[in-house]
Amino acid sequence: MNPVTGVPALEVHNLTVAYHRRPVLWDVDFAVPEGVLVGIVGPNGAGKSTLLKAVMGLLPIASGSVRVFGEGLAQQRRRVGYVPQRESVDWDFPVRVREVVTMGRYGHRGLFERPTAADRAIADRALERMGMAAFAQRQISELSGGQQQRVFLARALAQEADLYLMDEPFAGVDAATEQAVVELLRELRAKGRTVMVVHHDLVSVPDYFDWAVMLNLRLVACGPVTDVFTPEHLRSTYGGRLSLLTDVGEAVRRAQSGQPT
Amino acid sequence: MNEGPLVAFAHLLADANVRAVLLGSLLLGAGAGAIGTFALLRRQALLGDALAHATLPGVCLAFLATGSKHPLVLLVGASITGWLGTRSVRAITQHTRIREDAALALVLSVFFGAGIVLLTHIQRTGAAAQAGLDKFLFGQAASLVQSDVWVLTGVTLALLATVVIAFKELQLLSFDEGFARSIGWPVGVLEGLLATLITLTVTVGLQLVGVVLMVALLLTPGVAARFWTDRLPIMLVLAALFGAIAGVMGASVSLLAPRMPTGPWTVVAITSIFAFSLLAAPRRGVLARAWRRRRLRKRTTEENALASLWRFGETVTDWTAPQSAARLAAERGLSADVALRTLGALKRQGWVERATGDWRLTGPGRSRAEHIVRLHRLWELYLSERLNLPADHVHEEAETMEHLLTPELAAALEATLARPERDPHGRTIPTPEGAR
Repeated sequence: MNPVTGVPALEVHNLTVAYHRRPVLWDVDFAVPEGVLVGIVGPNGAGKSTLLKAVMGLLPIASGSVRVFGEGLAQQRRRVGYVPQRESVDWDFPVRVREVVTMGRYGHRGLFERPTAADRAIADRALERMGMAAFAQRQISELSGGQQQRVFLARALAQEADLYLMDEPFAGVDAATEQAVVELLRELRAKGRTVMVVHHDLVSVPDYFDWAVMLNLRLVACGPVTDVFTPEHLRSTYGGRLSLLTDVGEAVRRAQSGQPT
Repeated sequence: MNEGPLVAFAHLLADANVRAVLLGSLLLGAGAGAIGTFALLRRQALLGDALAHATLPGVCLAFLATGSKHPLVLLVGASITGWLGTRSVRAITQHTRIREDAALALVLSVFFGAGIVLLTHIQRTGAAAQAGLDKFLFGQAASLVQSDVWVLTGVTLALLATVVIAFKELQLLSFDEGFARSIGWPVGVLEGLLATLITLTVTVGLQLVGVVLMVALLLTPGVAARFWTDRLPIMLVLAALFGAIAGVMGASVSLLAPRMPTGPWTVVAITSIFAFSLLAAPRRGVLARAWRRRRLRKRTTEENALASLWRFGETVTDWTAPQSAARLAAERGLSADVALRTLGALKRQGWVERATGDWRLTGPGRSRAEHIVRLHRLWELYLSERLNLPADHVHEEAETMEHLLTPELAAALEATLARPERDPHGRTIPTPEGAR
C-alpha cells in the first residue's frame, strides 16, 4: 500500500489467462504495496512470464482484472515500465544501443512524434547509470548477454516509471551484471519504486526480495518473504501434485475445440 | 536494326511513354525495397510471397466482374484477395494446430491455383481484352500505359512518405513488438498499416514484376543492404536504391526486347546486387571475412615462430642465441619455405635479425615472444587449475587462445591466478619486463 493513501501499486483480481483455451493462469488474486521488491517464483511453465504479460495487456485476459495504482492500466501506463525477456528480440537487428534506450521515452511521446533533446539526455543518463555509456554507439549485436540485459534495464530506467515488471533480468548474465542489477533494484526501492521480477534462483530470493509471489498455474502464496517463503509453500509451488489441474485443463480444452477426449 | 543496344536505348528514351515506364519501375523498386526491409526484419518474408500469389485470383475476378482492365479496378481486386490470403494464414494458425509454414504454403498454393484456373478460363473465353492478364504472372513493363504509371507513382510516393513519417513506429514494431504494446501503442493498427503498405506495393508491382517473382523485389534489396550497414535508416536508403536499380534494369531489358518478361530480369539484376554485396561488403562480406581469417592465420604462424625461438633459448638460458630456420620448421611442422617466409616477415617487422646465416630474436622480439609464451602458460594454468583439465590436455587449447587474448583478458587471467610462477608442466611463466 502507499503508506499515505493505502492504494496498492498493483492489484490483480481473479485473473485467468488461457492459450488455445488451455488455462495457463488460474484465478490469480493478489495485491502488492508500493516500494517493495517482489520476486515471482515458480517452476517452468507456471505462468510467471504470462502473469507479467497479462498485467501489461500483451495477452488477452480470459477473466479478471488488473489495477495499477488504483486505476486501469490505460490511465497509468506511463507509470509502468516493462522489461521483456532478453531472448524475445533479435539482437542482430540493425539498431544501436542508444537508439534502443531512447525507445524507453516513446511512451511519453505521441505516435509519429520524434524524441526530444530532453529524451535523449534521459536515455544517456540511463545508459550511464547502467555502466553502458561507452557502448552508446555500438551495434547491439556486439554486446555480451550481460550487456544486452543492461541495455534493456537502461531502456526501462528511461521510462521513469513507478512500477517495473521485469521478465528474468538475471537469466544468463555474468556475476558483475547480476550484482549491478541487484544494486539497481535496491536503488529503485530506496526511491519508493515497486519492482516485480520473474526469478529462478530460489536461494537468492530472501536476499534480493522483500516480497514473493509464488506461482504454479494458480497463486500459492503472496506476501513478505519472511512470511510466505516457507518450506510448505515451496513444496506446493514446486511439488508435482498439480497434475490433476493440468489434466482437467487439457480435457476442457479438447472438449471445447471439438477434439476426441 | 544494326544499331547497338545503347543507341537503341537512347532512341527509346525519346519516347515519353518509355520515360514514364522507367520512372515507374524506379519508384516501384525503391518502394518495394524500403517496405520489404520491414517485412524482412519482422521475419515475414514468406508472408510477402503468399500475399503476392494470393493477388492473382483478385486480378482475374476484378476483370471478370467489370470487364475492365483499368489499373485501379485490378488493384482493388488484387488487394482484396491479397488481404484475404494474409487473413487466412492468421486464421489458420490461430484456430487450428497447423503451423505457420504449412499455413503459408497452403494459402499460397490454393490462391495461386485458383488464380491460374481463372486466368485459363478468361483466355478460353477469348475476350479481346484478356490479352493483357497473363502479364501479371511474370510482369511486362513494356505493356504499362500512362494511367498505370500514374497509379504506381502515387502509391509509391505515399508509401515512401509513410516510411519516413512512421519510421520510429515501424522500427520499434519490428524490433520489439511486446515493448511497443507495453507502452500502449496500437500495435494492431500499426501492423495493419504495414500490411496495407506491403499489399499496395505488391499489387502495384504485379504488372512490372508479376506475382511469381514479386517477393524477390520485396526482400532481396533489404538482404543486400544489410551487408553494408548496421543502421536501419541507411539500410532503408540502400534497399530503396538497390530496388530502384533492379527495377530500372528489368524494365530496360523488357523495353528493348518487348517479348521479354520484366520480372525475371528484375530478379537477375537484384540477385547480382545481392551477390556483389555478399562478396564485397567491407565488414560482413565473404571476401572481407576471408581476408581477416587469413590475416589471423598469418599472425598466428608468426607469433608461434617467435614463441618457438624463445623456447629454444629457454633450454640454454640464452634467449638471443642464433637458431636455424630448419629447427623452427621441424618444431612447428612447417615446410622450409614457409618457415623462411615467416622469419623474413618477422625480420621486416624488427622482431628477429640474421646472425651468421641463422636467426635470432632482437631485444623487442624477445619481449614480445616472452609475452606470447606467458599468455600460453597462464592459460594452460587456468585450464588445469580452474577447469581441472589434465596437464597433457591443455597445450592445444592454449595454442589457440594465446593469439586471441586481449590485454584486458590477460590482466584478468593474471589477477584470477594470483601472479603464478609455474605452469602445469612445471616451467617458469615469464614475467613482464617492468615487473621484474
